Amino acid sequence: MSNNTTKLPDGVADSIKIEVAARKKESRQLLLISIISVAIFLFLWEFAVRIGWIDSKHLSAPTTIVETFIMKLSDPNPEGGVLGTHIATSLGLVLVGYGAAVVIGVPLGLLMGYYHTFDKLVSPIFEIVRPIPPIAWIPLSIIWLGIGTTAKAFIIFLAAFVPCVINSYTGVKLTPAVYLNVAKTSGASTWEMFWTVSKNYAMPLVFTGVQVALGNAWSTLVAAEMLAAIAGLGYMIQQGRLLARPDIIIVGMLTIGVIGAILTFLLSKLENHIVKWRSRS
Amino acid sequence: MENQEIKVQVNHLTKRFGDLLVLDDVSFNIKKGEFVCIVGPTGCGKTTFLNLLTRLIEPTEGEILIDGEPADPKKHSISFVFQEPSAFPWLTAQQNIEYGLKIKKRPAEEIAAQTEKIISLLGLEKYRHAYPHEMSVSMEQRVVIGRAFALNPDLLLMDEPYGQMDIKMRYYLEDEVVRLWKATGSTVLFITHNLEEATYLAERVLVLTNKPAKIKANIEVDLPRPRKVSDPEFIRIRKEITEMIKWW
Repeated sequence: MSNNTTKLPDGVADSIKIEVAARKKESRQLLLISIISVAIFLFLWEFAVRIGWIDSKHLSAPTTIVETFIMKLSDPNPEGGVLGTHIATSLGLVLVGYGAAVVIGVPLGLLMGYYHTFDKLVSPIFEIVRPIPPIAWIPLSIIWLGIGTTAKAFIIFLAAFVPCVINSYTGVKLTPAVYLNVAKTSGASTWEMFWTVSKNYAMPLVFTGVQVALGNAWSTLVAAEMLAAIAGLGYMIQQGRLLARPDIIIVGMLTIGVIGAILTFLLSKLENHIVKWRSRS
Repeated sequence: MENQEIKVQVNHLTKRFGDLLVLDDVSFNIKKGEFVCIVGPTGCGKTTFLNLLTRLIEPTEGEILIDGEPADPKKHSISFVFQEPSAFPWLTAQQNIEYGLKIKKRPAEEIAAQTEKIISLLGLEKYRHAYPHEMSVSMEQRVVIGRAFALNPDLLLMDEPYGQMDIKMRYYLEDEVVRLWKATGSTVLFITHNLEEATYLAERVLVLTNKPAKIKANIEVDLPRPRKVSDPEFIRIRKEITEMIKWW
């Protein structure tokens, strides 16, 4: 609770201080161990490539990857775009596909969970579509939408859509009857019961779904950008393969990883803000 | 007490689930501002009875009138304190107390005034922005009870709200519920199987029989407050109720 300003006896305060210091020291040591292990790994990798244990056509040395990364910040060669362009293209694509999936999927799932008739109407179709992996939609998307941005965004949409719907649906379905009864006895209409109770109760699960969807969307990116593209991180990786440049591939892979992690982090910040009522036990 | 107007009329209330008769021709009245306790054995159809009163389910026969009109949660305010914790976890203490008032679309000033009144009656000023997961079970239940009283309900139903509390907390909360009842003038129907609790709280105790439930007795408890459990008259009434239910 907010106002915990109770005065502690001196002895207790001291022992807390010692305890806190000891914990800090321990976490510093653990951090050091992690850094050392990564350093050793990178060193062995560098060493193995330098002395020729690993062919540099198969795997570039870490230093080469860093050089390529710095170069790609400004140089569009060899595959035709600077890193910033690739990132912008991919982010745009993911945000369109993913954004649409969240905006359509979450309300759809919530309403399916709440309104029985709506559930029966939509569920059968959804159940047929659900188990099909998003990548399997690529050929049809090309026929329907060509090979442009729309087709790629569509595939990302499909990848993100399913978890959004399922989690929202489940969240509403799990609403304990007692909360609904409180609303009902207070005189809430069916819609008010949904809006003030079920929707709120479902929020933590909705966010789990939205997180999973983001992971799906981002990981489908590479596949989606296999459709003819002229920029994008997936495109960059593909070109790296064609040009036999493992350094380009690895820079692309790491960028995808880092951006994915950043997006996940931002989303969990948003989640903590919106679902701040949830107990974190 | 005799001249008080009748708030709630329960006429020949009967409920069957298929062939199973759960509630058999129950009739009673509750006066405006009265505190009535219902005691009955476990499984006597108590929950069914409450669900009928809140209109969560429909009766087979009979009717429930509030101020002479058929009870309707949309028109009347009927508050329910359920046995299990029911504070909305996504709302703070204050927002929980405001909930019913907002659903009823009361004017903003009234919501604010009523919420403040309840918060101060409960002494929850410090914890108004706390979420239920930050509260103890008893504090959460107090918020729920505050939420129910905030509506100034026509009828406030409480289903063993202190069933999960230890004895010390119960005494404290029982006094608190009496305080809230006095301050708001609500009409309260309180279900319990604790006979001492019923004697301590009620102005009148209705004793239900085993299933199918009927009203077996109607006992006035005309004792001054605060009541003392060691008062000979208190003990006499408690014994009288106990005698009546020895045959459960």
